[in-house]
Amino acid sequence: MSQIIDARGLSCPQPVIAADRKMKELGRGVFEVLVDTETAKENIARLAQQSGWKIETKQEGGDIRLLLEKT
Amino acid sequence: MAKMVQFFGSRWGIISAGVFVGVFAPLLQHWGNPKNMGICVACMERDIAGALGLHRAAVVQYIRPEIIGFVLGALIAAVLFREFKPRGGSSPVIRFFLGLFAMIGALVFLGCPWRALLRLAGGDWNAIVGLAGLAFGIWIGILFLKSGYTLGRSTKTGSFSGLVFPIVMIVLLLFLLFAPQFGRTPEGTPTGPIFFSQKGPGSQHAPIVVSLIIALCVGFLAQRTRLCTMGAIRDVILIRNTHLLSGILGIVIAAFIMNLILGQFKASFSDQPIAHANHLWNFLGMVLAGLAFALAGGCPGRQLFLSGEGDGDAAIFATGMIVGAGFAHNFSMASSPAGPGAYGPASVIIGLIFCIVAGFTMREKMA
Repeated sequence: MSQIIDARGLSCPQPVIAADRKMKELGRGVFEVLVDTETAKENIARLAQQSGWKIETKQEGGDIRLLLEKT
Repeated sequence: MAKMVQFFGSRWGIISAGVFVGVFAPLLQHWGNPKNMGICVACMERDIAGALGLHRAAVVQYIRPEIIGFVLGALIAAVLFREFKPRGGSSPVIRFFLGLFAMIGALVFLGCPWRALLRLAGGDWNAIVGLAGLAFGIWIGILFLKSGYTLGRSTKTGSFSGLVFPIVMIVLLLFLLFAPQFGRTPEGTPTGPIFFSQKGPGSQHAPIVVSLIIALCVGFLAQRTRLCTMGAIRDVILIRNTHLLSGILGIVIAAFIMNLILGQFKASFSDQPIAHANHLWNFLGMVLAGLAFALAGGCPGRQLFLSGEGDGDAAIFATGMIVGAGFAHNFSMASSPAGPGAYGPASVIIGLIFCIVAGFTMREKMA
């Protein structure tokens, strides 16, 4: 069961800060981030790309689930 | 559609949006807007505040169609790409005052971050001081953000909530076109409630249709690419990411080239249009603006584009800016080419205290 960060409704850049903090805390592994704007999704995707984390996105109604993984 | 989404999300997408602003802002100046003010969200909202009689500085009163176009262009993009999401409720009172103080800081410097870039591209070196202040203010904001500052979550609201601000823009457009004059001076001349400057920067403007079309395009492109001056500096400091910065560089380089072509480039510190050379208050004014933008999550342009997406919190911030412009002129806080207003320095200090108190007290344990 991966850890989940609920970043829905948070202003820019708080979703990115939360994801960045989790990446640094884990070093590697798997976690999920729930967001509700395309902007938050794009920002976290860019962060993942530059930090070497793989990212998968899944639309869930009005929300977006981001699965981040680094092996 | 998917290819467009991919392009707008790419580095070339945001560079294109920046270049568009950089090309058309100097052209808007060439076609009539004030010097080095082809686009300035703070100045243009200040002019709107004046046109509505919220302040009576007679030289800066005009309903700028650019502001209207930014919001409606973003609304069109958000609806077309299914990103219109009415939301709000994230500390609206704090956001209102962040907007108010951001405007005061910007009017002590005399420009928003976009105008700072355009002033730089026009050879006004005071912009370097202002941009340094902006970056310093954003850096302070990042320290708060990293230590847990938050204005809390927004929640989904009804569609009408997200449409209120765009509807206000349409009403402003009608005011611009029809300029109702209900009042009478003692001499019997029609006056107010809509005031348009007869001289000074407020009287200088490009044709309405031209401004509106360009601003609609800017609003559309900026909504798609998330163009944000504050975000550009913030992302470089916070996560070493230069994506947004490339859009900002696009603005400066394109505007610089356009100013050279149009004969609008003049390099100096002194005698620059609608600017003063008091370095201390140029710097501190933009420290306040940068900090307020960082705490609110976006530069004034971005707040307008978010308002077009249905973000009621951004609309509150923008409203705070317009009200702040009224206070800035009524209370002699705004600068003029002669220098800072009588109460400009004091108001910047009060604004900084407000932001710092908000930074320390607004926090919530994140999940």
